[in-house]
Amino acid sequence: MYRWQSGLWRLIDPGPGWIFASLIHLFVQFLLCASGDAVHVYSTSTEERVHVLQGHVDLVTGLRLNSSNHLQVYSCSLDGTVKLWDFTDGILIKTYIVGHKIFSLYVSKFHEGTVFIILPMESKAFQLVALHLPKTTGPEVEARDILSVLRDVSPIPKATSFGRGGEFVASASGLQLSVYFFRKQKTYRFSLKANDKKGARNRFTCVASHPNDDCIATGHEDGKIRLWRNFSQKKEYTYSTEHWHHSAVNALHFTPEGTELLSGGVESVLVLWRYGAGSKKDFVPRLGSAIEHISVSPDGSLYCTSHKDNKIVVMKSSRDISAIIQGLVKGVTDLLIDPRTKALVCNGKPGHLQFFSLRHDKQLYNLDIVQQEYIHEAGLHQCEVTKAAIDAQGSWLATVEERQENPEELDIILKLWAYDESTQSFHLNTSISMAHEGQISAMCFSGDAEATMLVTTGRDGHFKAWLLADHPDAQGEGASWSCDYVGSYHRREPTRCCFSADGSLLAVGFGEVVTVWSPSTWELLVTFSQPPGDIRDLCFGRLSCSKYLLGTTTKNLLCCWNLLTCSLEWSSTVDVILLQPDPLSENMAAFSRASGSTDLFVFKPSEPRPLFSQKAVCSGTVRRAVFAPREEVLEGCDESTQWLSCSRLYFLTEHMELMTFSTKSEEDQIIASSKQLVIDDSVAVTPFYLLLGKHRKSQRETQDSVSSHTAARIQLPQGSPAIRELLHTPAHVLPSASFLCNMFVNSLLISKCREEEMGSEEEEEAEEQESEGEMEASVSAQGPAVQGFQTEPTPQLSKAQERELRKLQKADFSWLSSLLDS
Amino acid sequence: MASYKATRIPSFPRLGEKVTQDTLYWRNYKTPVQIKEFGAVTKIDFSPLSPHNYAVTASTRIHIYGPYSQEPVKSFTRFKDTAYSGTFRSDGQLLVAGSEEALIRLFDVSGRVALREYTGHSKAVHFTDFSADRFHILSGSDDYTCRLWDIPSSAEVSRYSEHTDYVRCGTPSRLNPDVFITGSYDHTVKVFDSRKERSVMTMDHGQPVESVLLFPSEGLLVSAGGRYVKVWDMLKGGQVLVSLKNHHKTVTCLCMSSTGQRLLSGSLDRHVKVYSTTTYKVVHNFDYAASILSIALAPNDDSIIAGMTNGVLSVKHKKHPEDRKMVGGTSRHRPAYRVFVKGKNYMPKQDDFLVRKREKAHLKQYDKELKRFQVSKALDSVLKPHVRLKTPEVTVAVIQELNRRGTLKNALAGRDEKGLSILLSFLIRNVVDSRFAPILLTVAEMVLDIYMKVVGQSAVVDKQILKLQELVEKEIDYQQELMEVLGMMDTLFATMTAKKEP
Repeated sequence: MYRWQSGLWRLIDPGPGWIFASLIHLFVQFLLCASGDAVHVYSTSTEERVHVLQGHVDLVTGLRLNSSNHLQVYSCSLDGTVKLWDFTDGILIKTYIVGHKIFSLYVSKFHEGTVFIILPMESKAFQLVALHLPKTTGPEVEARDILSVLRDVSPIPKATSFGRGGEFVASASGLQLSVYFFRKQKTYRFSLKANDKKGARNRFTCVASHPNDDCIATGHEDGKIRLWRNFSQKKEYTYSTEHWHHSAVNALHFTPEGTELLSGGVESVLVLWRYGAGSKKDFVPRLGSAIEHISVSPDGSLYCTSHKDNKIVVMKSSRDISAIIQGLVKGVTDLLIDPRTKALVCNGKPGHLQFFSLRHDKQLYNLDIVQQEYIHEAGLHQCEVTKAAIDAQGSWLATVEERQENPEELDIILKLWAYDESTQSFHLNTSISMAHEGQISAMCFSGDAEATMLVTTGRDGHFKAWLLADHPDAQGEGASWSCDYVGSYHRREPTRCCFSADGSLLAVGFGEVVTVWSPSTWELLVTFSQPPGDIRDLCFGRLSCSKYLLGTTTKNLLCCWNLLTCSLEWSSTVDVILLQPDPLSENMAAFSRASGSTDLFVFKPSEPRPLFSQKAVCSGTVRRAVFAPREEVLEGCDESTQWLSCSRLYFLTEHMELMTFSTKSEEDQIIASSKQLVIDDSVAVTPFYLLLGKHRKSQRETQDSVSSHTAARIQLPQGSPAIRELLHTPAHVLPSASFLCNMFVNSLLISKCREEEMGSEEEEEAEEQESEGEMEASVSAQGPAVQGFQTEPTPQLSKAQERELRKLQKADFSWLSSLLDS
Repeated sequence: MASYKATRIPSFPRLGEKVTQDTLYWRNYKTPVQIKEFGAVTKIDFSPLSPHNYAVTASTRIHIYGPYSQEPVKSFTRFKDTAYSGTFRSDGQLLVAGSEEALIRLFDVSGRVALREYTGHSKAVHFTDFSADRFHILSGSDDYTCRLWDIPSSAEVSRYSEHTDYVRCGTPSRLNPDVFITGSYDHTVKVFDSRKERSVMTMDHGQPVESVLLFPSEGLLVSAGGRYVKVWDMLKGGQVLVSLKNHHKTVTCLCMSSTGQRLLSGSLDRHVKVYSTTTYKVVHNFDYAASILSIALAPNDDSIIAGMTNGVLSVKHKKHPEDRKMVGGTSRHRPAYRVFVKGKNYMPKQDDFLVRKREKAHLKQYDKELKRFQVSKALDSVLKPHVRLKTPEVTVAVIQELNRRGTLKNALAGRDEKGLSILLSFLIRNVVDSRFAPILLTVAEMVLDIYMKVVGQSAVVDKQILKLQELVEKEIDYQQELMEVLGMMDTLFATMTAKKEP
C-alpha cells in the first residue's frame, strides 16, 4: 500500500496502482492485480483492497493460479524470481530464483510441478521455457531446471495461450502463429501476409485458446479476430474472420465453458461473441476507456476488464456492472484541493474532473466538464480540460477546456460551476466560448469572500477579469459571469497571475515584467522586473508575510519583492520549477531542478534561509504540487517537520507518481491501520458453506450476543473509546449492522436508573447531614429499603414522586439546625 | 455503464436590450394607427372627462377624436392662420386655443363657433391654458408677454412682460389657482403668482425652453429645451435636481404617465424616451418615423399618441387581455388530467418489493443516429425543413459534433442534386451568421472540395454555388469596412485618453 523511501517522504499509490494495472486475475471473491512490483488483492464485492503481496523488487510480469491449489498464486517478475503466494492471507510461501529476467508466466493443468516462463535469448529474441519447480523445502529455492519449448515468441503475456487444459500452446509473434503440441512434441507455424489487398494490418496482438475445443482465437492490429481450426495439420488449417473492432484488438478471453469469446480494444466496448454462432455478438458499451486486459472468474459468473485510465470494472455475466475499482487518473491540470471535501481535484476520465479523497485513497466522483459523448478513436482531437481553479470557499469552480484540430482552429470554453448545497455537487452556471483569442495560460480566483473574481490570462496578450453579475431586471435568469475588465501591458504575453490573500492586489507576469494591479479600480500600481528571464511562477506571501511578492524566472532566479517599499528584498539563484504557497501558514515550497533529480526547499518569504530542505526528492522533475490542509493540527512536531503541522504537501512527479511527506508519528499510525485490515471470512462461497455457514453464523451470533451483553456492560464506563474503535474499523470487517446497532446504542445510553440511584443516595446523605444522630434509627431502617430498591427489576419513580423529592432537596432545613442549636 | 450523452446544443446569449419589466409594459401596445393631419401636430390634449376624447391641434384646425375613432368626432376650423395649444378645461366643457393671428379663442366642446375671442396680444399665441379655478385663461405669446384673462368678461386681468423672448410653453398649477409657470426662448422658466406683480421664481434652463411640466405633487418641475430635460426642485427654490441629456436633437414635448412614475420626452430626433422618476434613467425608448412635436398619454396609459412634423398622428392602444382571448377563440381539446397521473399515484405498501423500470432516456432522432454512428442519416435528420429553418443552432450543433468526430466529410459526401441543394441553401442562409460562421465555412469548403467534379451538371446547384460565392464576397467586404471603422474609433479613443492623462 505504501512504499517507503529512504527518509521522510513516501509514495502514495492509490487505487489499483499508480503504475497501471498490468495484469489482472479474477476469482469469485478476489481480484488480483499486478501493479508495479506488487500484487494487489481486492475484494470483488466491497471494492476494498484486502492485501498487497509485496516481495518482488522489479515489475511483476506474470500472475497465474496454482493449478493444484486454488488458494495459491504464482507471480513472476523482471527481477528473475517466481514467487508462490497464499493470496487469501497475503503470505509469501516460496520463492524460486531463476536468475534471468522473466517476461511472462503460464501454468497448465497438464504439467504439474512445472511452470512456463518466457525468458530473453540473445539478440533480442524471447523463448518460452518450461521451468521445473524443485520440491525442496525452504523459503528460497534455486530453480535451474529449464527446458526450451518454443523459440521466437513475443514477450507480451497476452500473445501466448495454453489450450485444452494444456495439450498445446499457441503463441503469436509479429505475423506468425506458432502452435506446439506437447504430446506430439511438434511445432506448427502459420504465417500471414504483412498486407492484404485491402490494406489490412495483419500483425497479431493477442491470442486466446478455447478451453475444451480445438480452436485458437487471435486478435489483430486492424481489429479483426481470426478463429483458427484444424491447426494440427501443416497445410489444411482453416480460419474464419470476424471484424467488429475498428482498431487493434487489445484483449481476448474465452469464458471457462467456452461459450463466449470476450474481446476489447480502444473502442472501450466489451464485445461478447457467441462461440459457434457465427458473428452473433453482444456489447457492453461505454466502459470509459480503452480495454487493456480481460479476465473471467473460474465459474464464469464474473467478468473483469482493466482499462487504460487506471480502472478495473467487474461485471456479472448478466452484463451488470457490479464493482468499479478506480484509481487516480493521470491528468494535466493543476492539482487543486476542494475546500469542502478536502479532496484532490485533477483531470479524471477524458473530459472529466475527478475528486479524489486523499484521506481514504479513493475516488469520490467524477464531474463531467465537457458534457459530450466521448468517441474512443485513436488520432481524434478530443476536448480536454486543461485548467481548473476553485475559489477559497469551494463555491465556485472554473474550468477551461480546449480542443485544437489545427493551429488556426482553436476551441476554448471557459466554464464556471456553482456549488449546489442541496445536491452537493457542482452545476454549470456560465459557459463562455472563446474567452480568449489564444490559449488560456493561467487562471486564478480572488480570495475576497464577498465579490469573487476570476482572472484569466491568455496567449492573445490580454488578461481578463470576470465578475459574477446579477441581472435583477432580466427575466428567469440568475446571476451569471461576465467580463469586467480586459487588461494588457505593452502587447506582451501574460503568463502568470496571482491574487494576494485578501484579494486587494493582482499580480500578472508579462514576460519578464511583473505588473501589480488594483482589482477595485483597475489601476496599474507598480511594475517589477528582474531581467533577464521570463516570469515562471508568481505568488504573494500569506499572513505575516503578506507584504512580499515572490517570483521565479526562467533564468534561475528566485526573487522576493517588498510591496511596501516596492523594492527587491532578496533574490537567490535557484532554478525553481515550481513554487507553491501553503494557504494556512507563511511557508512556501519551492522545487528546484538539479542534475536529473528535484530538490525541495521550504522557506518563509521574510527570510531567505530555508526552513527545511531535502535533496533529490524524486528523480525527474516535479509537475505539480499542492498543500492539502489537515483535519487537525499535528501536535508535537520537531523543528524540521514544523512546516507539516497545518497542511501536507503532495506533489506529482514526471512519472505520474503522487508523493507526500509525512512525519514519524503518522508513519506509525499508517502501519497500525494497515494491520487492521484483516478479513476473517475469506473462505470461498460454496453451496456447502451457504448451507452450513449460515447456520453456524447465526449460532455464533446468538452466542456472541449473549456474551457481548456482559461485555457491553463492562465497557460502559469508558464508552467513548469503544465507539471510536467501532467507527474507525473498516465496515467490511465488522459484524452485521443490526447486531452492532444494539450494542452501539447501549453504549451511548446512560441508564436512567443509575442516575436516580445516585440522586436518591445523595438525598439520603443530605438528610443524614442535617438530622445527624437524631434520626439514626430511621436511617438504618432505610438502608435495607434502598438496597431493595436497587435490586428491583423496574426501578421506576413516577413524575410526581420525583418532583416531590426534588422539592424536598431544595427545601431550607436551616431552621431545624438553629432549633437544635438553641 | 455511462449512458449516451446527447449532443449539446449551445445556447447563445440574446443580443440587444435586456427584457425588463418596463420593456414588457411599454411593448404591450398594439401596432400604431396612423392618422394624417393637415400640418405638423403641435399639441395633443386629452379631455379629462370619460370617454377621454382628445383634441389635436394641427395647422389651422383643431380636431377632436374619440378614443378609438379614426375620424375626428368634431373639428374647429374657424382659424384664419395656424392654431396652437388646443386645451380642455378641467370639466371637459370648454376648449381654448391660441393662434398665429394673436387671438385666443374659447370654444364650447359641443358647439362650433367660438364663444369668446380674447384680443390683446400683438403676436402669435403659442400657449394657452385654463387656471385651476376654471375662470381664467393663461396665455403666452411671441410678444414676450404672458397674460391672465377673465373668461366671462374676456378682459385681461394681468400681464407679465418679464420674459425677453418668445413665450412658447407653460403650465398652470393644479393645486393653486393663482400660480402658473411659463417657459420662454430666453432660456428661463418663470413662476408667476397672479396676486403678485412680478415673477416669484426664475430658473435658468440654459436653452430655449420648449416644454414645461409639473409633477402631480407640484414639488418638482420638468423643463425641456435644447437637448436637455431638466428637473427642478421647486421646494428648494428652483435648484436643478437632475439634468438629462439622452436625446441628440431638441426635446419638444414632455408627458407624465398616469401613475407619475414614468416621464416621457419626445424629441426632434424621432425618439420618445421613458424615464423612471425615481432613478431618472432611461428605461425604455420608442422610435417614430418623423420628428416628434407633441406627445400625450391617455388616462390610465390606455394609449400613447404622438404628433409629428409631417402631420402624422400615431395612436397606439394598449393591448387588453380580453382582446387576446377573442383571438384565441377555440382552444384545442386537451387530454384529461387523469391521463397523466395514471399509475403514477399508486403508493406502494410497506412490505412491497419495488421493481423499478429503468428510465429510458429519450433521444432526439439525430442523437439516435449519432449513437449508431450513422453520420449521414444524422445530418439528414437535422436538414429537415422544420429543423434547419426553425432551429438552425441544432443543425449547426450536429455538424459541429460530426466535425469533432472527424466524420463530417463522410456525412457531407454522397448526396444527390436535391440533397446538395438543401445543404447549399442552408449554407446560404446561415454562413454569415456570426454564431455559426466558423464551422459553416469549414462545411462550405468541404462541400466545394467534394462536389467540385459535378459542378456544371446541375443548373440549380450551380446557381446556388454562385450565390454562396457572392454572399461570402459581400461579407468579406462588409467585415473589412467594419474593421476600418474600428480602426478609426481606436484612434479617436487613443486621442481621448491621451488628453485626459496630462
